[in-house]
Amino acid sequence: MPVEVRLPTLLRPAAGGTTTVTAEGSTIGEVLRNLVGAHPGLAGQVLTEKGALHRFVNVYVNDDDVRYLEQLETPVTDGDEISILPAVAGG
Amino acid sequence: MTVARSVLDLIGNTPMVDVSSLSPNPAVRILVKLEGQNPGGSVKDRIALSMVEAAEKEGLLHPGSILIEPTSGNTGIGLALVCRAKGYHLKVVLPENVSSERSQLLEIFGAEIIWSPGSEGSNGAVRMAQQVAADHPDWVFLYQYGNPANPRAHTEGTGPEIWQDCPEVTHFVAGLGTSGTLLGVGHYLKDRNPDVEVWAVEPPAGEMVDGLRNLDDGYIPPIFTDLGGPDLLDRKTIIGPRLSIEWTRKLAEIGIFAGLSTGAALAGAARCAESIETGVIVIVSADGGWKYLSSGAWTGDLDAAAEEAKKKIYF
Ligand SMILES: Cc1ncc(COP(=O)(O)O)c(C=O)c1O
Repeated sequence: MPVEVRLPTLLRPAAGGTTTVTAEGSTIGEVLRNLVGAHPGLAGQVLTEKGALHRFVNVYVNDDDVRYLEQLETPVTDGDEISILPAVAGG
Repeated sequence: MTVARSVLDLIGNTPMVDVSSLSPNPAVRILVKLEGQNPGGSVKDRIALSMVEAAEKEGLLHPGSILIEPTSGNTGIGLALVCRAKGYHLKVVLPENVSSERSQLLEIFGAEIIWSPGSEGSNGAVRMAQQVAADHPDWVFLYQYGNPANPRAHTEGTGPEIWQDCPEVTHFVAGLGTSGTLLGVGHYLKDRNPDVEVWAVEPPAGEMVDGLRNLDDGYIPPIFTDLGGPDLLDRKTIIGPRLSIEWTRKLAEIGIFAGLSTGAALAGAARCAESIETGVIVIVSADGGWKYLSSGAWTGDLDAAAEEAKKKIYF
């Protein structure tokens, strides 16, 4: 199932320059792997070589950080909004 | 009531108030701990005192010592208050896009402001403070993002106070900045009752992320990683400015005048209340509304206020 993924400014050049891209998958892991497959410039940026989430990347499904859901196994359903953001702090 | 010897003795022991009338689930109570009641007006008075006292114990501070700290405002105000009371000089690195009330308060308490680029947010202030501190090795850099005395203020103060007032707590919800509040209170409450869930609420990173040149410019507070933040939190959710303002206004309707991050925490609590059957949610109100009056959060049209808040740092 195709879902929309919102990219941060930093990653857009590696994905054709657009704000959102479409990727297939029923879990976050599948979506991200397909995303990297379609845009090889994102390799090593979102997922590490071992396939884990990059330390300085946060991925959200409908505003919830997937690290605190089921991580890469977090299910994705029709209409979900996915966004990728670099880690930054407030305070 | 006894008479306090110093304003510093008035830090902590803040009141908690029931706001369950705003809960979207009648079987879930919501309680707010009002940290705006601290003498400097925010939760950060606690960590300011705790970090300064820790540095005194280590022998780092002497009369007239100079301290430097990056802050989006509240930590600076807390530190300025503590430094005034104890006779130290404070320099704060402050992003340009904080509300003018924050910089005014800092100046009232005698702090010197060093401005950092607004587009780089709090992280830009951290980077600048690190550079300035490296150039002045005699200045004391307490570094709230990496100082264990920050979460400790909450493990020893905020957490036990919540437990004493409300041992029925099932969920704790607070804003995530340095992560000190969530880590300190979270660890304390889970030690008492491992079933307590800890939910973090964060603002959208906004234009701050546009200032990064690569992902490795990203920033995770060292205390968050050192104290097991990823394992401690049960959920982390983004609440945008519009929702934050909506819930800040709902609080004002029942007579509670709180800052915008309180609205965000309450919106997070409402999301939590909808997802559980019964429970008691405790949230922290980091500060009162005074410092946000110039933002028009209560007076203007909601859309306009949300647009305005997007440009400011309110966590
Ligand atoms: C208004 C406000 N809310 C929330 C926070 C977040 O608190 P903490 O740094 O303990 O995560 C801060 C921290 O600067 C703040 O000033």
